[in-house]
Amino acid sequence: MRSHHRSRLLTVTAAACALTIGLAGCSGTTKRDAKDDAKEKAQNAKADPDAPLKKGLKLAFLPKQINNPYMTVVDKGGIKAAKEFGGKGKEVGPSDAKASSQVSYINTLTQQRQDAILLAANDPNAVCGPLKTAMKQDVKIVTYDSDAGKDCRHVFINQASSEDIGRGLVKDMAEQLNYKGDIAILSATQNATNQNTWIKIMKDELKKPKYKGMKLVKTAYGDDVDQKSFQETQGLLKAYPDLKGIISPTTVGLAAAARYISGSKYKGKVTLGGLGTPNQMRKYVKDGTIEQFSLWDPAELGYLGAYAAAALSSGQITGKEGEKFKAGKLGEYTVGKDGEVVLGPPTVFTSKNIDDFDF
Amino acid sequence: MNAPPAAPEDTRTAVVEDRRETSRGPGRFLRWDATVGALLIAAFLVGTGTTEGFSDTANLSAALNDTAEIALLALPMTLLVVAGQVDLSVASMLGLSSALAGALWDAGWTFETIVPVCLAVGLVGGLLNGWLVTRVGLPSLAVTIGTLTLYRGLASVVLGNKAVADFPETYAQWASNTETVPGTFVPYPLALFAVLAVAAAIVLHGTGFGRALFAVGAQEDAAYFAGIRVKRLKLILFAVSGFVASFAGIVYTLRYGSARADNGLGLELTVVAAVLLGGIDFDGGKGTLGGAVAGVLLIGVLNNLLTLNDVSHEIQVIVTGALLIVSVLTPRAISLLTARKHP
Amino acid sequence: MSTTRTTLPPPTATRTEPERTGRSTAETVLRVREYSIGGALGLLILVTWLVNPSFLDDQGIKDLLLNSSILVLLVTGQSVVVLTRNIDLSVGSVVGLTAFACGSFVSGTDHGPLTLVLLGIVLGTACGLVSGALVSFGRVPALVVTLGMLYVIQGVDHAWAHGEQINAATVPDDILALGSGSVLGVPYLPLISAVVLAATGYFLRTYGSGRELYAIGSNPQAARLAGIPIRRRVLAAYAFSGAVAGFAGALWLARFGTVVADAANGWELTVVSAVVVGGVAITGGVGTVWGAALGALLLTTIGSALVVLKVSSFWEQAITGALLLAAISTDRVVRSRSTRALRKRRRQ
Repeated sequence: MRSHHRSRLLTVTAAACALTIGLAGCSGTTKRDAKDDAKEKAQNAKADPDAPLKKGLKLAFLPKQINNPYMTVVDKGGIKAAKEFGGKGKEVGPSDAKASSQVSYINTLTQQRQDAILLAANDPNAVCGPLKTAMKQDVKIVTYDSDAGKDCRHVFINQASSEDIGRGLVKDMAEQLNYKGDIAILSATQNATNQNTWIKIMKDELKKPKYKGMKLVKTAYGDDVDQKSFQETQGLLKAYPDLKGIISPTTVGLAAAARYISGSKYKGKVTLGGLGTPNQMRKYVKDGTIEQFSLWDPAELGYLGAYAAAALSSGQITGKEGEKFKAGKLGEYTVGKDGEVVLGPPTVFTSKNIDDFDF
Repeated sequence: MNAPPAAPEDTRTAVVEDRRETSRGPGRFLRWDATVGALLIAAFLVGTGTTEGFSDTANLSAALNDTAEIALLALPMTLLVVAGQVDLSVASMLGLSSALAGALWDAGWTFETIVPVCLAVGLVGGLLNGWLVTRVGLPSLAVTIGTLTLYRGLASVVLGNKAVADFPETYAQWASNTETVPGTFVPYPLALFAVLAVAAAIVLHGTGFGRALFAVGAQEDAAYFAGIRVKRLKLILFAVSGFVASFAGIVYTLRYGSARADNGLGLELTVVAAVLLGGIDFDGGKGTLGGAVAGVLLIGVLNNLLTLNDVSHEIQVIVTGALLIVSVLTPRAISLLTARKHP
Repeated sequence: MSTTRTTLPPPTATRTEPERTGRSTAETVLRVREYSIGGALGLLILVTWLVNPSFLDDQGIKDLLLNSSILVLLVTGQSVVVLTRNIDLSVGSVVGLTAFACGSFVSGTDHGPLTLVLLGIVLGTACGLVSGALVSFGRVPALVVTLGMLYVIQGVDHAWAHGEQINAATVPDDILALGSGSVLGVPYLPLISAVVLAATGYFLRTYGSGRELYAIGSNPQAARLAGIPIRRRVLAAYAFSGAVAGFAGALWLARFGTVVADAANGWELTVVSAVVVGGVAITGGVGTVWGAALGALLLTTIGSALVVLKVSSFWEQAITGALLLAAISTDRVVRSRSTRALRKRRRQ
C-alpha cells in the first residue's frame, strides 16, 4: 500500500513537470535570447537649461526603509530643498528593506501622479518594471544612494564616486597599516548593491603591487543589524588572530565593530576604517578606537536629489551626459556618464574635525 | 499547535465540549469569513468613493498582482491550518526556488527546464517537511522553523551574493501587472491563482479528502480511529505546500525580474496572518477557503488604499495587527454575549 | 505528538507520589533532553576550541556569555508561556519597543540603571498583560493574538521612532556600565540572565502555582477539573514573558547603547526555535527552562563557532538550519526509544 502511494506521488511529480514543460512551449529560452530583446531607451526630449524651476512640484522620497536613521537624514535634506524651491516633498516607504515592498509604493506613487519619485533602490532589477511604467506616464525618476538599472531612471545621484569610495577605503587602511597585514571586510547584507560594488573595487585596488603585503582574508556580513555585526566582528577577530585591520563600508557595521573593539582587548591593536556617521562614531574617535573614517553629508545627498528632480521636471535637464543644473546652495552640477551626478568627495572625519559635524 | 489529549476519556470530553461551543457559538449568528468578505467589498466601495485613482484599472491590477505570491502560498497554508498544521518554511522555499532559477539561468539553462527543476526541488523540500512531521513525529511548527533556516541558507549557498536579472521578456510580461487577462484588470498570476483557488475550494469543501482534513484538524486521534490515514494526508499537504511555494518563487522571480537569495524574506508570517484573518482557526478543524482568499485580498486592498491616502507604513502594520486580533475576538465576543442571553 | 503527552514532567510526576521508583526513572528519561543538548553544546565548543584555542580564552568566553544572555532571558519567558500550551510571538517587538522607549527616556538625562530596568519591566508587563488577557479571558488562539500584537507593537514602535536613533553618546554612563561592566571578571548581563533563569526554574519546580503551569499545558481539561485557575495562570505566564522581554529591552539599550526602532526585529522565531531545541514541547506541558536556556546557548554558539571555524558566510545559515533539524530529530528519536523502554520496565 505504501509503495503504491509512493509511486502515485512520483507520477504526480512527473505529470506536473511534463505539464510545465508543455505549457512553457517547445522552444527553449535561454539567457542569450533574452539579452537581445530587452533594452529600449527613448529620450528625445530636448533640455532647456534656462527653463525656470516649476512651482508646486510634488516630489516623493522612497528610501530603502523608513526607519533607517541615515535615510531619514537624507530625506529630510531633500524635503527641505523642495520647500526652498516652492515644491512639496514627502517621504513614504516600507519599514523593511525589501524590494517587493518598494515596488508597490512605486505603483501607488505613479497612481498619485507625483512629478518625480526619488528612490534608493533595494534591488536594482526588481524596481525596474514599475519604474519604466512610471517614466512612460511622465514621472521623473531620480535614484539616490543606491542605483536602479540605468534604463529605469533618468538620473542617479551618487554620494561619491564608487571608485573614490572603494579605492579610498583601501588606501586609508593601507597607510595606517604601513601596507602590511591581514585585513577583513565587514559588510551589510550579502545582497547589498552598494557594498558589493565597493567591495569589488576594493578587491581590485588590493591587486596592485603596492598592496602585496596585505591580504583580504574574509568578507563577513553583518546584515546591517547592529547585533549581528557585533557578533561577526568578534568572530573575525577570533578566527583570524593575526588580523590587523577591518574595513566596514556601512555605518551600522562600523559602529558595531567600533563598539566591540573599544570594549575588548583588541583595542589599539586592530585598525578600523570605513563609512560612519560622526554622531555614532564620536565616542570611539575620542577614546582612540578608530583614527579616521569617512562619509558624505547625507542631508546634502537628499538636497541635491531634490534639485535634480526639479530640474528634470522643469525640463532643464533630461539625464544626458554634459547637462548642467543649479542645486541651490550646493552650486552647479553636471550630469556625468550614464546619467550619474556625483555629490562630491566624502568628508574624512578625525578627532580634529569631528566636533564640527552633527548628523 | 493542535494537540489531542492522550487519554481517550479526555478526547471524549473535549469533543463534547467543542460541539457545545460551536452550536452556541459564532456559526449561528455571524460567520467570520463572510464578514471578511463583506469588509473586502466595503473597503473596495469606500476606496472607489473616496480615493482618486483607486478604482483605476492600472492601480487595481498592480495592487492585486502585489498579493500574487501571498495568495498562492495561502492556498496550501489554508489546507494545512485546517488540518492543524503549519508550514513556516514557505517563504524560504520561495527564496530557494528563486535563487535556483537565477543560478541555472545564469549558467545558461533554458527557462523551460529550469521551471520543472525548481518545482521538483519544492516538492522534495515539502516532502522533507512532511517526513519529519509524520515519520519522525515532530510538531510542524518546530520542523518548519528549522527548514525555514535551512532552505533560506541553501538559497544563499546556491546563489551567494549574486543578483540575476534579464529573464525572458515573454514570461516576465506574463507575470507583470501591465498585461492582464483581456477585457479585465486581472493580471495573469492572479487569474491562475483564481483557478487554483477554485480547485482548492472544491478539494476542501467537496471531497472526502477535504472532510478528512477537517476531521484531522478537529480531533487527530479520533480521525485516526475513524480510519483516516492521518500521516499520508499530512505528507501530501506538506508536499503540495513545498511545490506551490517553489512555483510562487518562479512567479516572484519573473514578476520582479530579479533572482536573489533574499527574495520573499519574512513573508511566512504575512501569509499566516492573511490565512488567519480569513477565519481559519489555528487550532484546526474550522474555516473556509473563501475566507482565506478574502483575508488575503483584504490585506492587499487595505494596504493599497492606505498607501494611496499617504497613510504611513507603520500605521498599515498596526491596522493589520489590529484586524487579526479583532478577527478572532469578534466571534468570541458575540458567542459570549449570546451565551449570556440564553443560559 | 500524542506520545510526548505520555511522558510526565517532573513536577506533575511528584503528584503521582506512590510510584517512587517510576518517578526517578522518568526523571532520567526527561533529563536526556538536557544531557543531549548539553552534550551537543559541549561537542561544538570542544571541536571549535581544538581548531582554534582562542575560542575559549578570557575574551572568547566573555563574548559567548554576552551574546547569549539576552536570548536566554527571552527564552526563559517564552518557555513559561509555551509550557501552558500557548505561544508569545510578540516578544521580539516588545524588546524593540522597550529598548527604544527606555532609550528616549534616559537619553540626555542622568537616570540610573534602576529606573531604566523598572521602566522596561513595567512597559513589557503591560504588553504581556494585553496579550495574556486576550488569550486567557478572550479565549482566542494564542498564535493569532500574539501575531497581531507583534504587528501592533512593532507599528507603534516604528511610528514613534520614525527613523530616529538613540546614540550611545547620549545614554548615561551608569547605564552603559550595566551593559559592559563585570564583577570578578564575569559580565553583569549573563549574571542577570542566570539569576532570572534560576529563579524561574526553581519556581516552576518547587511552587504549586509553577507546577500548575505544567498541568495546564499537559491537559487543560484535567487541569480545569482539578480546580486550577487556568485563566489567571495563563495571564500570569504572559505577564511574566512580557516583563522579561521588557527587561531584555532595557538591557539591550544598556549593552548596545545605539538603538534604532527595530532592535530584536524578527527574533520571535529564533526564540521559539531555541525553546523547541531546548526540549520544551511546543504542545505544552513538557520541558524545563534549563533545557530551553541550553537551546539558546547552542543557537548563539553555533553562530559564533561557524565564523571561528572559517565556514563560508554563504553556508552559515544552511548549516545552522541543518543542525537545528538534527538536534530536534535526534532528541525526538532518543526520547521515544527511552519512553518505550520505560514503559516496558513499568510493566514488569
